[in-house]
Amino acid sequence: MANSFTRMISGRNTALMMAMGASTLASGYLLSDSTAAAERMRTYPPSADYPDLRKHNNCMAAALTPSIYARLRDRATTHNWTLDQCIQTGVDNPGHPFIKTVGMVAGDEESYEVFSELFDPVIKDRHNGYDPRTMKHPTDLDSSKITSGMFDERYVLSSRVRTGRSIRGLSLPPACTRSERREVERVVVTALSGLKGDLAGRYYSLGEMSQREQQQLIDEHFLFDKPVSPLLTSAGMARDWPDARGIWHNNEKNFLIWINEEDHSRIISMEKGGNMKRVFERFCKGLKQVEHLIQERGWEFMWNERLGYILTCPSNLGTGLRAGVHIRLPFLSKDPRFGKILENLRLQKRGTGGVDTAATGDTFDISNLDRLGKSEVELVQLVIDGVNYLIECEKRLEKGQDIKIPAPISQFRK
Amino acid sequence: MDYNQGATMPFGNTHNQMKMNYSAEQEYPDLSKHNNHMAKVLTPAIYDRLRSKQTPSGFTLDDVIQTGVDNPGHPFIMTVGCVAGDEETYEVFKELLDPVIEDRHGGYKPSDKHKTDLNPDNLKGGDDLDPNYVLSSRVRTGRSIRGFCLPPHCSRGERRMVEKLSNEALDSLTGDLKGKYYALKNMTDAEQQQLIDDHFLFDKPVSPLLLASGMARDWPDARGIWHNDNKTFLVWVNEEDHLRVISMQKGGNMKEVFNRFCTGLTKIESLFKEKGHEFMWNEHLGYVLTCPSNLGTGLRAGVHMKLPNMSKHAKFEEVLKRLRLQKRGTGGVDTAAVGGVFDISNADRLGFSEVELVQMVVDGVKLLTEMEKRLEKGQSIDDLIPAQK
Repeated sequence: MANSFTRMISGRNTALMMAMGASTLASGYLLSDSTAAAERMRTYPPSADYPDLRKHNNCMAAALTPSIYARLRDRATTHNWTLDQCIQTGVDNPGHPFIKTVGMVAGDEESYEVFSELFDPVIKDRHNGYDPRTMKHPTDLDSSKITSGMFDERYVLSSRVRTGRSIRGLSLPPACTRSERREVERVVVTALSGLKGDLAGRYYSLGEMSQREQQQLIDEHFLFDKPVSPLLTSAGMARDWPDARGIWHNNEKNFLIWINEEDHSRIISMEKGGNMKRVFERFCKGLKQVEHLIQERGWEFMWNERLGYILTCPSNLGTGLRAGVHIRLPFLSKDPRFGKILENLRLQKRGTGGVDTAATGDTFDISNLDRLGKSEVELVQLVIDGVNYLIECEKRLEKGQDIKIPAPISQFRK
Repeated sequence: MDYNQGATMPFGNTHNQMKMNYSAEQEYPDLSKHNNHMAKVLTPAIYDRLRSKQTPSGFTLDDVIQTGVDNPGHPFIMTVGCVAGDEETYEVFKELLDPVIEDRHGGYKPSDKHKTDLNPDNLKGGDDLDPNYVLSSRVRTGRSIRGFCLPPHCSRGERRMVEKLSNEALDSLTGDLKGKYYALKNMTDAEQQQLIDDHFLFDKPVSPLLLASGMARDWPDARGIWHNDNKTFLVWVNEEDHLRVISMQKGGNMKEVFNRFCTGLTKIESLFKEKGHEFMWNEHLGYVLTCPSNLGTGLRAGVHMKLPNMSKHAKFEEVLKRLRLQKRGTGGVDTAAVGGVFDISNADRLGFSEVELVQMVVDGVKLLTEMEKRLEKGQSIDDLIPAQK
């Protein structure tokens, strides 16, 4: 354990990690706990604790058989995170009306390994057959490869690209202690203070913001929600709110970082209008600079070649990227083929309030469905091509012309 | 791949080992905007001394206080801000919980002893509360089954076992106590709404106070309600406590309500004992429940009563305080009053016996009724203002 884990950590406070690793092995869960554990095994076999998932409709419930549960129940990561903690959100929330939820979260980077017997089928289900055991995920943040990235602004109101990044060595939001969360805040904010030029900006701690500032930022679509979604609260992500949460943005307000919401950090590039290429350029530039600034201080992002960037929710593995637009489609949205067109283009619609909302009127949030198995450049290009197609359809319908459902896009690079 | 084998509880103990690598100061919660009992008591020094501890089942200090950290303050009532995960919590985290208990329970000291009295014959009067004002009468308490973790911390297996044992005991009740169990997960939405409207069923957990403590995990697994055929005696299983036992009926005959309460409770306890289980109880804290506010008797005896005039009187709060009573909305603890109808109940739980508390409610409600009648007629109530009990 000491070997593989410490190899992953470079330039960190190695003394801290070694101490933690050593003490966990030497004492932690061991001797006294193992008697209690044996006692519990006798009184409560895994079948006694297996959750009732009969009314459930999420990826976790579809994958978690009693035998998988039995094998994994008594394991914990070296941070003492367990299977029950991973799946609690999926047990508590049987299904979401607008979107099939994943139903489980990671508490730390190791969760994906220690509980791979459950995570792997969930990942496969959620990411259209991507098999973490055999496939590799491509990363590509070269924005110069993008073509046709300027949308017709009679339809596209705004463009946005977001992703998440986790700081290696620190637990994720469902599991982190207050110190860890505060450390994430410190690490990220310190790095961000090194950004210059059009990326120079300022940090606003949630706890110190005035109510008015906060509401302003929410209205501008900059700030994350107070945690009311049961999907988030059941996973424990809202503990200690608003401690160590905040938002950083540049002076232009087109490059933003959320700290300690659903992930350690969410990085967002956005602007009004249809210039998705410029949005993605800024996104890539900013992201690379932030990564560099973090590495200067001996930190790195959680990443591996099976799963790409490691984030709290398995749905955000890989690129963690959601590129999207707010777009008006009054004709197309009423066409019965709308859903199928989106599906074939591998696009997803949401309300303009975000993932848990319904669309109002004929303005939609349209973004990529996929996160894992395709690179950032591929996904953004897919969104650009797809949105341009939707606009073409809208224009044709406006003129009373017919539209075609496009052929489905293939899933993975062969 | 490395992992730990043999976690004590299936859901770990929230990183207690990990936290010890950070200083107490780094971990100490920001309580600067908080107004609950826990926040008033928990100094950095106490935090430092207690944070390395855990109960045998793995409940930690941060588990105890999470609800208080997440919920800085409640508009209608000062919350406790901490919960127990098992019976041992009150021992292991004494240093925090004793002052919280003292603060919450009117100066109850760590050396004090609590008396239990469930003999309904000791109640004087109470069968004649004026039904023109008193719409309904109710007595509730809670009970925990020794040897099982409490709702914030229990595993699904334990919770199901609590449900099973409770069912076995309740199934044996006879006479006017005979009844039936309705598991929450088998109830139809219509049945469930009916029971909520009848004031029989507990809320779906939406209160952040409950959610933050982990009591709503796995809902509605192993939760349910048992009630007798007359719907005058009810038991809630696995809501905020293992069991909540409730006697209630329309009108003002609190004596009858309390009779049934005592009879039923005593019978249930003996049924559990026959099967080798007992309730969590000790002579210092009385009956041990999840929230420190419910220690002792765990008893809340109350009425829904009309006080449209009294409630507007400048001395309403003062009178209640002197009578050792508390007001709530008719939807329960987290609600406001509607249409001049209030839920009036005893404020105390610990340090007074069950009979004493119900007596306070009976006497207090009689006085409030008098006052309401006077105010209706435009008369003064100054001579009726009571001394502090």
